[in-house]
Amino acid sequence: MGEETKTKILREVRKDFLQELLAKGKRFDERELNEWRPVNVDKGVLPNAEGSALGEIGGTKVLAAVKFDVMTPFSDRPEEGVFMTGAEFVPFASPEFEAGPPRENAIEFARVVDRGIRSSEVINVKNFFIEEGKVLGLFLDLWVLDNTGNLMDTGALAACAALLDAKVPKIEDGKLIREESSGGLNMKYKPLNTSFIKVGNKFLMDPSKDEEYARDLRFTIGSVEGLITSIQKSGDSGLSKDDVMNLVDIAFEKSDELRKYL
Amino acid sequence: MEKPELIKDGKRLDGRGPKDLRSVRIEAGVLKEAQGSALVEWGGNKVIAGVYGPRECIPKHGADPYKAKLKVRYMMTPFCSKGEHSRSGPNRRSIEISKVMREAFEPVVMTKNFPRSQIEVYVEVIQAEGGTRVASLTAAAVALADAGIPMTDMVSAIAVGKLDGQLVVDLGKDEDNYGESDVPMAITHRDKQIVLLQMDGLLTREELAQSLDDGIEGADKVYELQAEALKKSYEKEERGKLNL
Repeated sequence: MGEETKTKILREVRKDFLQELLAKGKRFDERELNEWRPVNVDKGVLPNAEGSALGEIGGTKVLAAVKFDVMTPFSDRPEEGVFMTGAEFVPFASPEFEAGPPRENAIEFARVVDRGIRSSEVINVKNFFIEEGKVLGLFLDLWVLDNTGNLMDTGALAACAALLDAKVPKIEDGKLIREESSGGLNMKYKPLNTSFIKVGNKFLMDPSKDEEYARDLRFTIGSVEGLITSIQKSGDSGLSKDDVMNLVDIAFEKSDELRKYL
Repeated sequence: MEKPELIKDGKRLDGRGPKDLRSVRIEAGVLKEAQGSALVEWGGNKVIAGVYGPRECIPKHGADPYKAKLKVRYMMTPFCSKGEHSRSGPNRRSIEISKVMREAFEPVVMTKNFPRSQIEVYVEVIQAEGGTRVASLTAAAVALADAGIPMTDMVSAIAVGKLDGQLVVDLGKDEDNYGESDVPMAITHRDKQIVLLQMDGLLTREELAQSLDDGIEGADKVYELQAEALKKSYEKEERGKLNL
């Protein structure tokens, strides 16, 4: 039997089983429907980077790194700096990941985390202007090292922690002095993601990988304290307006729990 | 920058003697999903290796009817150096290193036991400070053993270099930049086979012989740490704890 066929069959079996459990209000790991797995954040793990953090939710590990460089601004925004987010699903992070250039899931992951941070305006690229033709670029890299489910929230957690850890290098005569810092990013918010999956007619938060196999859709809400910053629905199914509003309320409450680890 | 004095009163830039290694920390079983994994912190280097296999060869037409296909990928992350952010993805250097690393493991991994399958080894350099290939090889060897892949012998890696005319073991970044020669090597523990050997710079015949002797001696120290890390991994209550 090919791997793909096996995955498809497993998915159906898990879905049936999870639906039966959910009808009794239970999950594979006996969590509540809206409960985080154990969370851990380690900041400043990479001395060579200007900011770094390892974020973990229930065994899923994302390493986030911040690097600054002097660069040429985009021609349509000559007075603004640049903020770019990249992601790599490292092949050892999951038996399903393959080596090669980022595929659609890795690109979606980077873009959803990026949007949550960008919309919250915690990175003010207007402050990144150095002189004509020279601006500061902030590179945020998200390296997925271990995937036991819910990359979206773990990625945003690691990213936020790395940005909080970041020291902007001092700039002299248009050049970076990496050994010296002109301070942190002074973020006014802590943007984070809260993701749900829908299995049958039930929604559950922070899905493990086993639960993700059984999902009909995933719904990711990016938020800061009391504001929605980004939304991403993915998967081959739909949800109602009431569903959306209900999930937003839960996301506000649950992302606050995550913020305590930052 | 001007070349610093690399050896002064028999001590190197960081205070080490000629045969001293930087501090090396090895941990096995640091990831949950990977079948085998290892973290190696070697001076300022931090590398993580993960292994899968033997499993179905992809693409199928690439399968070898007589043995498992060994795939090794060494990769530097774009954020690993003190300097600029670099482009992600493979380059000529990383492709060459991946090749010589694979060829270092071919002699010891018992690939003939698993025809038509593949064994994958991935190494990510998340922090670089000179000597990433030997740190990566050392991590990969531990990850292979941690994954339970049968091997005839353990592989340990080390580099020997020449600074101000003197041979020293385990070059740091500044030493590598200003040194006169760099000889990275990988050695099997029991047979003392040289399974990886590269060299650049200028050495006499005698200096090369001495480098190999010093390297084999240094590799033994690395082996002890690898073996200890594997033993410790069995005492761990929970796999998948990553202490960067």
